[in-house]
Amino acid sequence: MYGLGLFKGLSITLKNMILVKRTNTVQYPDKKASVFDLARQSNKNFISYMITNPLNSFKSFMGLISIKQQVDQHPRFRGEEFSWYEERCTGCASCAKYCPLGIIKIVTDQTGKHYQEGQSYDIETFDIDIGRCMFCGLCVEACPYDALHMGSGFEEGQYMRDNLVIDVDRLKKAEKKPSHWFRPQLSDKGDYSPFDAEIEWDSVGRHQKPSNKELKNKWIRSESNDS
Amino acid sequence: MSINNELVTVNFGPQHPSMHGVFRMRVTLDGESIVDIEPVFGYLHRGTEKLAEERTYVQIVTLTDRLDYVASMSNNLAYVSAVEKLCDIEVPKRASYIRVIVAELQRIASHLMATGFLLQDLGAFGTPLMYCFREREKILDMFETLCGARITLSYMRPGGVFQDTPDEFWGQLDSFMGTISDQISELESLITGNEIVLSRTRNIGILKPEEVINGSLSGPMLRASRVKWDLRKANPYEVYDELDFDIPIGATGDTFDRYLIRVKEMRESIKIINQCVSLIKPGPVRNEDVPLVIRAPENEAYAAVEGPKGELGFYLVSDGGISPYRCKIRAPSFMNLSLLREMAIGTKVGDLIVNFGSIDIVLGEVDR
Amino acid sequence: MSFNQLNKFMGDLLPFLPDSLLFIMSGIFMAAGICTTLIGIGSVYTWFERRVLAKFQSRIGPNRWGPFGLLQPIADAVKLMLKEDIIPRTADKLVFIAAPIIFLATTLMVYSFIPLGEDSQLGGGNVALLFVLGITSINALTVFMAGWASKNKYAILGSIRAVAMLISYEVPMAVSLMGVVMMSESLSLVGITKSQSTIPYILIQPLGAMTFMIAAIAEMSRAPFDMVESESELIGGYITEYAGMKFAAFQLSEFLAPIFTSAFFTVLFLGGDSGFSFIPGIFWFSIKTFIVTCILLWFRSTWPRLRIDQIMGFAWKVLMPAAILNTLLIGLEIVFIGENYLLQIIINFLAASLFIYFIANVLGQKRLVLEKPVPSELANMDANR
Repeated sequence: MYGLGLFKGLSITLKNMILVKRTNTVQYPDKKASVFDLARQSNKNFISYMITNPLNSFKSFMGLISIKQQVDQHPRFRGEEFSWYEERCTGCASCAKYCPLGIIKIVTDQTGKHYQEGQSYDIETFDIDIGRCMFCGLCVEACPYDALHMGSGFEEGQYMRDNLVIDVDRLKKAEKKPSHWFRPQLSDKGDYSPFDAEIEWDSVGRHQKPSNKELKNKWIRSESNDS
Repeated sequence: MSINNELVTVNFGPQHPSMHGVFRMRVTLDGESIVDIEPVFGYLHRGTEKLAEERTYVQIVTLTDRLDYVASMSNNLAYVSAVEKLCDIEVPKRASYIRVIVAELQRIASHLMATGFLLQDLGAFGTPLMYCFREREKILDMFETLCGARITLSYMRPGGVFQDTPDEFWGQLDSFMGTISDQISELESLITGNEIVLSRTRNIGILKPEEVINGSLSGPMLRASRVKWDLRKANPYEVYDELDFDIPIGATGDTFDRYLIRVKEMRESIKIINQCVSLIKPGPVRNEDVPLVIRAPENEAYAAVEGPKGELGFYLVSDGGISPYRCKIRAPSFMNLSLLREMAIGTKVGDLIVNFGSIDIVLGEVDR
Repeated sequence: MSFNQLNKFMGDLLPFLPDSLLFIMSGIFMAAGICTTLIGIGSVYTWFERRVLAKFQSRIGPNRWGPFGLLQPIADAVKLMLKEDIIPRTADKLVFIAAPIIFLATTLMVYSFIPLGEDSQLGGGNVALLFVLGITSINALTVFMAGWASKNKYAILGSIRAVAMLISYEVPMAVSLMGVVMMSESLSLVGITKSQSTIPYILIQPLGAMTFMIAAIAEMSRAPFDMVESESELIGGYITEYAGMKFAAFQLSEFLAPIFTSAFFTVLFLGGDSGFSFIPGIFWFSIKTFIVTCILLWFRSTWPRLRIDQIMGFAWKVLMPAAILNTLLIGLEIVFIGENYLLQIIINFLAASLFIYFIANVLGQKRLVLEKPVPSELANMDANR
């Protein structure tokens, strides 16, 4: 009969109201905690929690308690808190050349040092202007020594535009929690997740110095590839 | 007694709740009826085609994300197909399957958004939109697992995709494919049978087959007007020739048909993804011979894919350098707008909004 | 507390004042009390509506400030009060300012006639029903005032729509109440409530209740009849140019309207405060009103909007005959059947279902029949192969 469609629609909305679990809103950065959340946090049955902590239970019922809520994100997430390993960087400026927006600025010192993966320069300036960065990750893709990684965090909001430029000191001091983006060796480790712990410079790379042929293949397209 | 009446010209947009971005229509109204409309656009012009001329071939992938920002994967696919055609690059089989899977996921996401916003334009107070977004969110989560971003994906590279899928992706895909069919059915029972939706959308904005072909429309707009044309079948790219799926077409070419085509296409996409998941085999996902900085031969190439909104094509001309000499984008949203005037004249203000919503444009692509 | 009680209390408290002054003073106190309570209820209702709508849309809704987000209305009110009060330069200033005030005043005024409980005399007045109908029609005028004074094309379009729609829906609404008036033989809301002590009128007059409900939803211009504001078409309709406290006044009266409509519906068709006697009447009244409000919200969350010509057609082609048929049936039943409620219920439900069936299947469109698509001859890719 004409008109039944309207009531079918009403039943659908009612169904969605009753099935609360369908709501997948993430409350960020904190969540209004219910008694169940608090009990789960202290590993207790919620009844025993309510008996032992009546005040907290009442507060949470009134919506006065909030707990930290993290957004579920995959290790491959391209975050803005770049992880840069001074020890691995040779100052080749591949990242700067490869950046579509040209927002990476590298200035190197002539006095070289010898590190594991080849000759390297001292880095004097390494500025990443994340105010203009679009997090495409091409700089990470270009880095031949696995020195630059996307980060896993995204809470770099600043009040001043100048503060959005990440300079070399900040990069050195920053928490090293590299994302798995374009770094399959990190995923292959299996147990490493960027949200758990920092990771040292000697365990982020492919650990083999790329051969000249590999480098050539990567960087130069020529007819004599086969030789 | 004679009543003096005069025509009123009203600006719809660039700031207007249902202009899908910064589109602007100068509408001449006789009371509630539309006498004339004049579309004005260009408020989101960023010069993508010009910018592409000074970027290397891989860097342009990041620009294509921002064309149709609700369907980045399709844009990436169209662009890398053009580059592959230009430089004769082979794509590994696994990469092709992954590309088809993500492109179809993106089609579902885009159609969900189109449906949701059509209903929003119809005045359903956000409810179907929220249900659509809830499902789209799962697709975006999958994309985050896959390539670390949700909207601006930059997933594809000339010669494959940048990195193989993580193991978690297949689990997410399985659970998503388990529920999406039911969710689409639920959405359909909320919308398709609803008498208010029917009375608002049926026999409104009818486009005849001759009109849509002359207007060079494509995608769901074309197929709703009884024209059976889909690049996935007509000119198969990637692995579409190995897959079994139907091309749904509409009966009359009205707004309701355009909505229904999108729902049916989502179902076909589910079919395609299920086939791909059963067919995909382990292997390389990226042609290792392709360097990071491609130097294309002096040549030109046009490659098009069937994006969610229609035929999305990239025309690249190379002068032998590391960046294209010219990059022309055939944007389906822009082409589909060409019949807006024919659809709108003579209808009411409410119909104008609904007709406009059923075209499903994204201003990033229209203005480029 | 009723007005008479308040007047007496004031007399006991301040015996040295003359009666006339006491009368005015207690009137002012009463009015202030009602207005303050109503504004409070209205702001809590904004929270309630947002929460419930969010649940229907599988969201969470405001939950940040206070328990369950209950302090959200206060935050909203503070924000709206602190906003700049913009008057467009080309606006008709006097009318522009007057419109929200009149709009809010009329909305508050109708509340004074709702009989809340058994001993409440607020609903007194012999012709309260007529008064309420009269006051609510001022809405059309204020909306037009607001739209016209804004000197904004969206606002004018919205207000013209409003006038056309609100006036059309006044008629079936008033006619649908005829049945209630005839059965209860009273125009006062207290009288109507009392006459429903045995059986609520929704059982006797299903057609009248339905007509009244639909017309009332249209009167307060809520979905699916929210043509007046229609966000996606006219941005905000007549409130496009309003900001700050004026906007707040419009919003408040818009949020008060569904409560009033639910309360009015409860009085007219659900028996007001009647119920099992061990629970006080005010409780019954509140719970009935609450349920009707929830149903209105449910409609709002589900259905899209109709087009203007469809809305007008619906008023005159469907609701008007329904209201007249209801009046005719009730009149005949009063004359020929008398107080046999069971027979009346049977006849009226039969008539209502027959009428709905007739309207839906004869006048309306048939069931959705999807035509089988035929591919066009032009550019058929299967033909190419």
